[in-house]
Amino acid sequence: MLNAIDKEMLEAIADIHDVPIGAYNIRKNGEGVSKKSTANIEIRPKEGKPGIDVIVKPGTKGESIHIPVIITETGMNDLVYNTFDIGEGADVLIVAGCGIHNPGNNKSQHDGIHNFIVRKGARLHYIEKHYGAGTGEGGRVLNPKTILEIEEDGYAELDMVQIKGVDSTKRYTEAKIHKNGHLLVSERLLTHGKQYAETEMIIDLVGENATTQVISRSVAQDNSKQIFYPRVIGKAKSRGHVQCDAIIMNNAVVRSIPEIDARHADAQLVHEAAIGKIAGEQIIKLMTLGLSEEEAEERILQGFLK
Amino acid sequence: MLELKNISFTLDSDKEPVTILKDVSLNLEDNKFYVITGPNGGGKSTLAKIIMGIYQPTAGKIILDGKDITELPINERAKLGIGFAFQQPPRFKGITVRELLKLARGEQKGSGCNHLYDVGLCPKDYADREVNASLSGGELKRIEIATLLNRDLNVAIFDEPEAGIDLWSFSRLTETFKEMNNKNKSTMVIISHQERILEMADEIILVSEGEIQEIGEKNEMLSQILSKCNCDMACPERGEENVKCY
Ligand SMILES: Nc1ncnc2c1ncn2[C@@H]1O[C@H](COP(=O)(O)OP(=O)(O)O)[C@@H](O)[C@H]1O
Ligand SMILES: [Mg+2]
Repeated sequence: MLNAIDKEMLEAIADIHDVPIGAYNIRKNGEGVSKKSTANIEIRPKEGKPGIDVIVKPGTKGESIHIPVIITETGMNDLVYNTFDIGEGADVLIVAGCGIHNPGNNKSQHDGIHNFIVRKGARLHYIEKHYGAGTGEGGRVLNPKTILEIEEDGYAELDMVQIKGVDSTKRYTEAKIHKNGHLLVSERLLTHGKQYAETEMIIDLVGENATTQVISRSVAQDNSKQIFYPRVIGKAKSRGHVQCDAIIMNNAVVRSIPEIDARHADAQLVHEAAIGKIAGEQIIKLMTLGLSEEEAEERILQGFLK
Repeated sequence: MLELKNISFTLDSDKEPVTILKDVSLNLEDNKFYVITGPNGGGKSTLAKIIMGIYQPTAGKIILDGKDITELPINERAKLGIGFAFQQPPRFKGITVRELLKLARGEQKGSGCNHLYDVGLCPKDYADREVNASLSGGELKRIEIATLLNRDLNVAIFDEPEAGIDLWSFSRLTETFKEMNNKNKSTMVIISHQERILEMADEIILVSEGEIQEIGEKNEMLSQILSKCNCDMACPERGEENVKCY
């Protein structure tokens, strides 16, 4: 069922080599190719729309769910709706990710719309990796939409990574955080060539002691373009911290437009945004240790995006 | 041996060119311990950066063991065993102390994390920390020194290593400099104002106004420097203990 290209992409986006451990659903070129539920995690096809419902039983601990999507055809336009219900007190890892290997000259696109509900006291770690390859002229486009509701004492950590290969991406994340809930978003992005990446985030702190932290690090090379619109709204006694850090190179363009919006006297919101090139001193220091200029630059970027 | 022959360094500025080093000639012999001292702004750091290849001299030649290295880039000089600890080291987001020390070691095995002890830092507490803004200036400076201690160097240059080092670590550091000098047969070049470091020198080089004013054997130089001390003259480090004025 899965060929060498499929396997290469699965490895890049989900660190899996063959059939994943635990529950999984593999989607290829717009269709589910294999799936497995476990005693505590049910994966079933959505009714009336493409996509899946993932239901994690309350109290499920230490289990993982892999839901990779791969596209290997040119001219493919895949739209999918996935819903995740993380039961009370559960603690799970979800590894999503999308790889597009576009061999032809038409645009291939995947738009994943993910809805999460993290129920009372549950913990979610969500990893999403994007990967693009293929020698065709066709564009590789990914537009993920992630919508979260974090209930009382819930915790979610989102790791979103996109390093090269994706021509255009518009990422939209929306979260509502209730009492004592916490959301950590960490984003790593590298664009090059003529790529375009846009990130929009709206985080609503609605419950008492809701907290969030957004850490975005990006590198823009060549003629690529990046735009960030992170927005945190404090509607209760809550805390939010947004940190956007970008390294800009060559003729790239980076715009960072963070917004903090406090609607409660005890909302504490902070944003920090910085854009700059690699400091010359850093390159010189690594050169004094024997690295060439290119090696030094590479090493600095690698650390920055780690 | 490292030879500097008639080195000059002039910077173009808006108005008129500024000469920072004027016709500096110097022979640094193998295995010897040199301390360069002199007032702030005299050209000490510039001289060190010229040896490392960070600045290109506008005139003159640099010869290492008979080989002309004037045109060699920084990393080629590093491979020939020249090392330089910055007066103000840069920080790196996402690179840990262990990784930086490993980069410094290059092909050699291990990271040489144990050299953190020599600068008064416990490897257990520091090895996995990032070399970022969370480190204090003094901690950063110590790590910078450690990146030289863990290499086998021909010529090791330290630019004001004492800044940010407490007294306890300082004695240990002076021992480490001696050891490095003895064990690796490194030529040590330390830019410093500290009497205890000046005491360690085989030779002291006094640099001011972009020139070598004096060079000589330690005892003779120390008494000269002390007798010339006149704090009515510009003395930027005034107030600190053990500071020399010129
Ligand atoms: N890159 C530079 N641009 C302009 N002036 C410089 C530069 N580097 C050094 N200088 C000037 O050269 C002189 C010598 O500086 P430096 O070598 O740092 O002195 P020291 O290390 O002895 O305190 C100072 O007047 C300093 O301002
Ligand atoms: Mg200096």
